[in-house]
Amino acid sequence: MRTLGYVAVNVFRESVRDKVLYNLVVFAVLLMAASYLIGQLTAGQDIKIIKDLGLAAIATFGLMIAVFIGIGLVWKEVERRSIYGLLSKPISRAQFIVGKYAGLVLTLAVNMAVMVGAWYAVLGYMGATVSPAARAAWVAPATDPTMLKAVILIFVELMLVTAVALFFSTFSSPFLSAGLTVGLWVIGHFNADLRNFEAVVESPAAAWLARGLYYLLPNFSAFDVKYQVVHALPVPVAYLASTAAYGAAYIALLLVAAVAVFSRRDFK
Amino acid sequence: MDAIRTEQLTKHYPIGFWRPRPYVALHPLTLAVEPGEVFGFLGPNGAGKTTTLKLLMQLVFPTAGFAEILGRPVGDAATKRRIGYLPENPYFYDHLTAEELLAYFAGLFGYRGADRRTRAARLLDEVGIGAERRMQLRKFSKGMVQRVGIAQALVNEPDVVFFDEPMSGLDPLGRRDIRELILRLRARGCTVFFSSHVLSDAEALCSRVAILAGGRLVATGRLSEIHALEARGWDLVVSGLSPHVLEPLARSGRVLQATDIGHDRYALELPVTEEPHALLTELAPAGVRLVSVQPLRDSLEDYFVRQVGAATKDRGLGTA
Repeated sequence: MRTLGYVAVNVFRESVRDKVLYNLVVFAVLLMAASYLIGQLTAGQDIKIIKDLGLAAIATFGLMIAVFIGIGLVWKEVERRSIYGLLSKPISRAQFIVGKYAGLVLTLAVNMAVMVGAWYAVLGYMGATVSPAARAAWVAPATDPTMLKAVILIFVELMLVTAVALFFSTFSSPFLSAGLTVGLWVIGHFNADLRNFEAVVESPAAAWLARGLYYLLPNFSAFDVKYQVVHALPVPVAYLASTAAYGAAYIALLLVAAVAVFSRRDFK
Repeated sequence: MDAIRTEQLTKHYPIGFWRPRPYVALHPLTLAVEPGEVFGFLGPNGAGKTTTLKLLMQLVFPTAGFAEILGRPVGDAATKRRIGYLPENPYFYDHLTAEELLAYFAGLFGYRGADRRTRAARLLDEVGIGAERRMQLRKFSKGMVQRVGIAQALVNEPDVVFFDEPMSGLDPLGRRDIRELILRLRARGCTVFFSSHVLSDAEALCSRVAILAGGRLVATGRLSEIHALEARGWDLVVSGLSPHVLEPLARSGRVLQATDIGHDRYALELPVTEEPHALLTELAPAGVRLVSVQPLRDSLEDYFVRQVGAATKDRGLGTA
């Protein structure tokens, strides 16, 4: 366990010292600040705009960070040969993969915390400066804590994206891994459509294939409750828990697959 | 028990995508290294040295055969705690400092807290990294990275250490430091297995060597045991030798070559069958005095070039 901790902390330290990551987070925070200005242009809808834009920025920049660090870390270790020194130490390849993943998730968590903090600061400022009459028209308070449900699911989704990126990076180049990860993320958002494919096709084989893909590919659309929280619609805790458990199970499968691939690999 | 043992250790790599053909990176290699030895693993680029080291570190898996370190199969977790490894042209994490890297690696061996930091500091002192230890590694020169690489290989006070081209990238001073370090490791009973194509390092440090060429082992043994390195004559410098004493020696073949080097001195080349001590005793009444004597032998360099040339010719392109 300590070994995993050392690997994870090292990944985190490497990532936070990488200036590219700072640029992404700073850009996301600036975008959220700018959403305040955009909100001023839309009378009555300002708070929804800020909530919408903020969650979209957290999800988009979180995705960029997850893909960016997920595809590069293992590949970089192999390509630059830093893995040679590391794997000669008392650490197994499985510990290496899981430790790397834990470090990536830690990096992601800190970056998301910064973005969510900035978002809530903008919302808090908005809540404090708006007139009571305008505030009364809102469906939920500016800093409505139930919005954290969407943040939690975005975080689980990004953990899953990171696991996908890490899995691909165990055997392919960063460019290919990025393409495959983003491709899977896009398909995963339309996954629900695959389930109902049989209603629009006549071929049973195509219907079975679509059904198979539905079960095989991760269902990223399940993690998206942004609309509900912005419009103060209920998101049951049971849904939150089952979706998080689905994400955790998928992540575990991907890590097992990544370890299986990585454990057989020759580092020429 | 041998410190390192390989038995028919073989590695093929597939070449080509559609119809892969095997490329033989290492032909069956059987080798044993005794505990406490400094063992030189010599060969030109592409000889299979790094492949062998990677097999021993389980960075690549063998096609056939097996390898053991300290009596246990390579990759064994307990064995990993007792070995150190310097990869060829090492590269570490850009954004870590040398201190952080060593503390990180020390942590993987189970060292905690202050012990990690003091261990890191002591090793960095030992390899000559001063105030730079707090700089990020991406700002280090090649030689400094090499020194950090050597330090990280020793972080656990290993019983067996593997150095892949340890002198690479080092200036003469650095090479001297590393030679002294290897001798200190030998003095404390550590087995050192190092690959090199710098033969003077092997001559200065190794008790035994193996020579690899074209993926094959072409020679192994103590330097003195390798036949071609045995004395093929004697080189003497003497004083007080007059031409009338020299002339019958040259005629009878007891002196193969004589060169007047001035100041009443001659450089003589004797055949290996002529015992220098006996000859000097015989010539002493004529006023001949010994200035210096040394055996004439092929350098390891000459031997190496000959062996490698022959192996490369035999092997063709090395495909199976």
